[in-house]
Amino acid sequence: MKRTLRDALITFRRTPLLSALSITTIAFSLFAFGLFGLVALNIRDALDRLEDRVEIRAFVAEGTAPEAMAQAAADIAAYPEVLGVVLVSQDEALVRAKKELGDFRDVFEGAVLPASIDVRVKPGYRDPATVKRVAARVKAFSFVDDIRYGEEWIEKLYRLRNIAGIAGIVLGLAFAGVSVIIIGATIRMAVLSRAKEISIMRLVGATDSYIRRPFLIEGVAKGVLGGLLALLLTYGARSLINTYLIQTVFFDARITLLGLLFGAMLGLVGSAVSVGRHLRRI
Amino acid sequence: MIRFTHVSKTYPRTGTAVDDVSLHIGKGEFVFFTGPSGAGKTTLLKMVYMEERPSSGEVRVSGTSSVTAKHRDVAQIRRKLGIVFQDFRLLDNRTAEQNIAFALEVTGVPRPLIITKVARVLTQVGLAGKGTAYPRELSGGEQQRVAIARALVNDPFVLIADEPTGNLDDRATRGIFQLLRDINAAGTAVMMATHNLDLIRRQEYRTIEMNRGAVVFDSGETAAPAPAAAPHDP
Repeated sequence: MKRTLRDALITFRRTPLLSALSITTIAFSLFAFGLFGLVALNIRDALDRLEDRVEIRAFVAEGTAPEAMAQAAADIAAYPEVLGVVLVSQDEALVRAKKELGDFRDVFEGAVLPASIDVRVKPGYRDPATVKRVAARVKAFSFVDDIRYGEEWIEKLYRLRNIAGIAGIVLGLAFAGVSVIIIGATIRMAVLSRAKEISIMRLVGATDSYIRRPFLIEGVAKGVLGGLLALLLTYGARSLINTYLIQTVFFDARITLLGLLFGAMLGLVGSAVSVGRHLRRI
Repeated sequence: MIRFTHVSKTYPRTGTAVDDVSLHIGKGEFVFFTGPSGAGKTTLLKMVYMEERPSSGEVRVSGTSSVTAKHRDVAQIRRKLGIVFQDFRLLDNRTAEQNIAFALEVTGVPRPLIITKVARVLTQVGLAGKGTAYPRELSGGEQQRVAIARALVNDPFVLIADEPTGNLDDRATRGIFQLLRDINAAGTAVMMATHNLDLIRRQEYRTIEMNRGAVVFDSGETAAPAPAAAPHDP
């Protein structure tokens, strides 16, 4: 085991330029991956915040008894999908409208706005189908005149989110593939630079798994180092974006760790494929 | 110990390299393989250490059959063989000692044992004072001695030498040959392919001549290792 580790490290020392080059290449490939992940993460974050505002507003017919409204609100609040219900009286509706419209508040002078029951849906139930179903149940109350829940933009939001998710997976897999190929190529160079040593190892009866081990460790080390470098680059890029463009969120510790593990796995797969091919050929 | 039974080897592009060879090499024998280039000597030796497998027939090496041997078995059988080549195949960035120790390290021999074994085998090949020299600091004959030491350090039952003197001058050739005789006298079988007919003519060892993949002459199995009769060459 000691020799295996030493062998893996020796390659770094013997061919520092090649090693640095391969780590950098891996880092850039993972950096691209990281940047995309960051974009996907922020889209998701933004969507989550937008989704927070998904609301069903049921306008109540004029002259409805406040008791009936309160009863309906309590019923609706008991739906499993519903997070909370707010009753908005005619006066409150007017105040809110004036506030939202700011400079144009004059248009509401003397106007009468309908009272409403505002329903907020729990996270996880904000997909178009569920919202529509809840809206239909709310509309079933006889005194509800009309209902609004931003049908179109809920659907658009949802589609955008799905597209972002799929694009993330597809591009992520593409970048992962590229990383595996790059790591495989750099390990291949390392294997070739030690081809004589490997052939002698085989002649004196070293097992293939023994020969393979240092290269696998080297691949994992390169993957992890490349991953760390990529993380640093991604963090730097994110800091720049935060300073000059918009506030964004960064990966949490769990995702960071998963990213490094992913880098290690890419290194392992890349080197296993590369060494395996070499050992089969000689 | 080593038995070839109707062994043929055909390559897709170059055709037949070994053609229906059957022979047996006994414990402690010294066998010369001769014949022109391309006669199949190297392929025959490669089949002993299972670098090549026969296209038909069977090679048995110390109980392991070429027909059934797995990757792991090949690694195991090679630990009982010593292999030497014309081009020495030493690692340039390691000293003589480290080159020899390498063969033990990669098969998991513990460190203290490696040190004693390397010292012993260096003395055996006559390089006791040159353990810390790098291959480039050694003469051709000395480099081949290091390679032989590396082949011997695992205590093989047979030493396979493919043109071991092909790159050496007469003097060095005689030295290496004497070393192989001494090794044989100590009980290790030797299989040696060579072009050097002078070397063979003066010996009473078993000689197998090959041509176009077939055995055309076999002086016959010798019962016991020949005694080291010739005067020791420096």
